[in-house]
Amino acid sequence: MGETAGTDGTDRTSGSSGTSRPTGASGTSGPSATSGGGAAAIEIEGLRKSFGELEVLRGIDITVRRGEVVCVIGPSGSGKSTLLRCVNLLEEPTSGTVRVAGTEVTDPEVDIDRVRRRIGMVFQAFNLFPHLTALGNLTIAQRRALGRGKAEAEEVARRNLRRVGLTEKESSYPAQLSGGQQQRVAIARALSMGPDLMLFDEPTSALDPELVGDVLAVMRGLADEGMTMLVVTHEMSFAREVADRVVFMDDGLIVEEGPAEQVVGDPQQARTRAFLARVLDPAAADVLEAEPSQEPTSLSESPSDIEPGRGEVGKERSR
Amino acid sequence: MSRRNRARAIRTAQYSVLLIVVLVFALAADWGELRRAFFDVEVAKKQFPDVVTTALVNTVVYTVLGFVFGLALGLLLALMRLSQVLPYRWLATAYIEFFRGVPALLVFIALGYGVPVAFQVSINQYVTVMLALGLVGAAYMAETIRAGIQAVPKGQTEAARSLGMSPTWAMISIVIPQAFRIVLPPLANELILLTKDSSLVYLLGLSMDQYELAKFGRDALNQHRSLTPILIAGLFYLAITLPLGHLVRRLEARTAKAR
Repeated sequence: MGETAGTDGTDRTSGSSGTSRPTGASGTSGPSATSGGGAAAIEIEGLRKSFGELEVLRGIDITVRRGEVVCVIGPSGSGKSTLLRCVNLLEEPTSGTVRVAGTEVTDPEVDIDRVRRRIGMVFQAFNLFPHLTALGNLTIAQRRALGRGKAEAEEVARRNLRRVGLTEKESSYPAQLSGGQQQRVAIARALSMGPDLMLFDEPTSALDPELVGDVLAVMRGLADEGMTMLVVTHEMSFAREVADRVVFMDDGLIVEEGPAEQVVGDPQQARTRAFLARVLDPAAADVLEAEPSQEPTSLSESPSDIEPGRGEVGKERSR
Repeated sequence: MSRRNRARAIRTAQYSVLLIVVLVFALAADWGELRRAFFDVEVAKKQFPDVVTTALVNTVVYTVLGFVFGLALGLLLALMRLSQVLPYRWLATAYIEFFRGVPALLVFIALGYGVPVAFQVSINQYVTVMLALGLVGAAYMAETIRAGIQAVPKGQTEAARSLGMSPTWAMISIVIPQAFRIVLPPLANELILLTKDSSLVYLLGLSMDQYELAKFGRDALNQHRSLTPILIAGLFYLAITLPLGHLVRRLEARTAKAR
């Protein structure tokens, strides 16, 4: 299984540069070679997580199919990040099961390091290794966890730096990079492991507004290539345009989920509507009216498009 | 009195006290005796080149040996203190508390006389010196290194682990390199302390060619009935510790900037 994942990763990165959307996630395991549908990348059942007295997740069920992009939205403290961190066991669930590509990660017998190599994770605070160059950040885990040689690891690393548009920064240290560049290096670092799926934990929340677009463009590219993605985000326009499905969480529970158009564009639940109204534009009374103007194709070049995100970031910080 | 006048009065008083103290000492001292005792050129000349080729070299060698061993043992103790295994934590804590609480002098005597008696072996002098200085230094360095490891943000370990690195590799290639960057200034400080502690190795019983600066100075003092060698030894210690102190300040400034 581990070897399959390794070769799969290498193939995937090599084939990524030019061609559009390769068939789904072609190849964690044999039988489901037929593209896309059905096969589950992540299955979460009855997930609960408590920190002492405080119950942060109160019974979550989600399935993410292979090649699907799912965005999780919701107010701060609703448990979104904890949910994400339970998928690769950075947090140990209190109860419930989490399966990633058929492997039950909540099983105490499972080799969690091996599972994690197939799950890319991108953090809000980037968490790049400050003592290593960009290239070093991308090669260290390939070498220490996958046992790749120096030459191979560097080749994969350079390919992924090119993928996020930072070829010329390979010998820069994180402190010499802007926030947006750091986050793109962090994405490339996760991609260098050849993951089957990617988790994004508020990847743009710590960025200055003008740097958000570059990171979102990279994520959009990944989605177009068919990467399975579970994204916790406050970028409503990203969720609406890129996500196949949007999940709205509040108070440790899933309040509403469905196609992005529906949850963001035409929410059914009062709590969802209230949240969206607050996030998108505190001034505009009608969310539905405000939305259409926010759909230009290029996020990075339209400041008005980043507007709602910026508002939310500001709010988050002041809290 | 205005605030400015009061400040001026206080400053004048401070200068006066300083002047009086200096005058008293200058008048009380017997300058002729002082010069004979500490600045005897003939005696000073006789100290060279041995004070450099033997004493200074030995001081540096002993300090480096002790520091390297102490650093290795200190790292081990720091990891033990952070271990999940309770007995390891106990052992490390007991060790650190013991060697921090006991004078280095006693440790050296115990090693110098105790080990040959207790184990019926005579160990190489350099090994004994390394052990003695290292055992004491390790206790201090362990606490420094532990603090450094804990100062590395949790996100670093999380990033390493989420990439599938084992806990051991995450520690070795991600946490420890960053921890050492953080603790470099206090470690350099520990090197200064060890340089001075190396003056205690005479307690281990050394032959002439193994004398370090302090023992060399005292030996020459008895031989020549002059304090000049002591002054020379002191100056050589300063020649080592002052640059190190300067290094510590530069490292501290660098760390402060990096934050």
